[in-house]
Amino acid sequence: MTLSAELEARFDKLLKSYPPGRQRSAMIPMLLYAQDELGSVTPELVEEVARRVGVEPLQVEEVMSYYSMLHRKPLGRYHVQICTNISCLLTGGEELWQHACKKLGIGHKEVTADGQVSLEEVECIGACSWAPALQVNYAFHHQMTPEKLDRLLDSLRKAQ
Amino acid sequence: MLYNEPSPHEVKVLTRRFGLENSASLDTYLATDGFKAFKKALEMTPEQIIEEVKISNLRGRGGAGFPAGLKWSFVPRNSPKPKYIVVNADESEPGTCKDRLLMENDPHQLIEGVLIAGLAVDAHAGYIYIRGEYRYLIEIMDRAIAEAYSCGYLGKNILGSNFHFDLYTHTGAGAYECGEESALLESLEGKRGVPRIRPPFPAVVGAFQCPTVLNNVETYCAVPAIIRDGGAAFAALGVPKAGGTKLTCLSGHINKPGVYELPLGFPVMKMIEEVGGGIRGGKKLKAFIPGGSSCPVLTAEECQDLTMDYDAMARKKTMLGSGGVVIMDEDTCMVRAALRIMRFYAHESCGWCIPCREGTTWIRKLLQRFHDGMGQRSDIALIGDLAKNMFGRTFCPLGDAAAMPTMSIVEKFYHEFEDHLDGKPCPYEKARQLVMA
Repeated sequence: MTLSAELEARFDKLLKSYPPGRQRSAMIPMLLYAQDELGSVTPELVEEVARRVGVEPLQVEEVMSYYSMLHRKPLGRYHVQICTNISCLLTGGEELWQHACKKLGIGHKEVTADGQVSLEEVECIGACSWAPALQVNYAFHHQMTPEKLDRLLDSLRKAQ
Repeated sequence: MLYNEPSPHEVKVLTRRFGLENSASLDTYLATDGFKAFKKALEMTPEQIIEEVKISNLRGRGGAGFPAGLKWSFVPRNSPKPKYIVVNADESEPGTCKDRLLMENDPHQLIEGVLIAGLAVDAHAGYIYIRGEYRYLIEIMDRAIAEAYSCGYLGKNILGSNFHFDLYTHTGAGAYECGEESALLESLEGKRGVPRIRPPFPAVVGAFQCPTVLNNVETYCAVPAIIRDGGAAFAALGVPKAGGTKLTCLSGHINKPGVYELPLGFPVMKMIEEVGGGIRGGKKLKAFIPGGSSCPVLTAEECQDLTMDYDAMARKKTMLGSGGVVIMDEDTCMVRAALRIMRFYAHESCGWCIPCREGTTWIRKLLQRFHDGMGQRSDIALIGDLAKNMFGRTFCPLGDAAAMPTMSIVEKFYHEFEDHLDGKPCPYEKARQLVMA
């Protein structure tokens, strides 16, 4: 499988970051960084990572099914993750979530028909004091309101 | 950057560089006593370093509050195996958002704390396990680490001392469970984050089956100040048996939510009123979570004359935890709060221990039924019983974490469960909708 130069460099660095014989440690970071580039964890990627860290593909599958950020199906180009855990719940996170579902016409872990935006209701993302909060890919958006969410979604559409 | 205005009540030790220009750069760090403590530690014996940390009364800031110096002293000095320093930056306890700020605003303080821990236990490599969602912090830490290497604060023969240390970041990929130390170590080794049976504890058998010091970000960040200014000075900031300051994250129904560095032993009501600016909309306090959603919930009455420290919280049968304070006002439906908390634990249970796997799911279903107005009177006791049967019967504390808030809500807000009986609509829902409208 051909990887980008950046990903190759990242994989090399990761494989050198752990003690000798412990290259399996690099598996989860490799999967996540590669997913960022490829859009999902593909069967080819599973094979590739397994080969590089020296385990069976089945062992990679076993591990990846545990971690909520690793997924087999591609998400939208912009993955909107809305927290509804306790601090966000108390400050309107639930209403924000419902607003997003209605506005986009999709639900939890679904993607818009054009493949641009996907939605996920997530657990605490570590922004409790600036709740309700969400992440678009890895970027945090704090103290959200339905109006701010509308503007954010519109700007994502324009950025296409 | 800073996400909220500081409070005049803060005592800035760990956050002293927050707000400085380029606070994350090595230049700023060096210009403000950076690596002074490490240089001092180079002249000390490992025993002296550990003794100073013991004197400081620094207790683990991740939630358990175990004395850090004592933890370090458990690392077997004569072990032929390499030793490791692991930083728990998997901050995911609901209500907690402080480690983020420590890494974002002052990454070199963390690096210095890790290096001093390395000197104390003769470790030469460290890993910062950062939750996957905190990608920007991995980038910040990687930049700071690269800067430290290029200026000779990491790598071989640091500052000509013959001490060498390599530091790496490691990303998680979405799992609350990996914030538990033994699950974190499994995850670091490229496995599912399933907890290990203990003993042996990580100090003896930790990362890669080697002796390991594993602490929270905030714990390591306190170490430079302790070595620089002395353990006694740090201890004096807090209360007996709990030294220093605690980064406290205020969230929920409060006027000035934010992260504030407060001395341990700070009065709870003063914190709500003066630091947090009181309850939103002039409402009354109904419930208080002192340190993340796994802590037993306190009533407003229990918060009077209560202080923010480990022992005071233990006397109220709750925990200081991670410093994630969640404030709930009089309009909050406690059944709904219990349900949301349980939904989280049911989602995050790794399934390894049956009491937790089954218990969290069944309690979630019962609470959902209640909140939908279809609960039965016998369910109230059943929820409490299920939680009690989960408590203490799991490898890791996730089962306890799910049980504790549930048991406390059932016990202290029993009448709210009764209010939902017989198909009655949630009595608090209307008030909430009015607030939201």
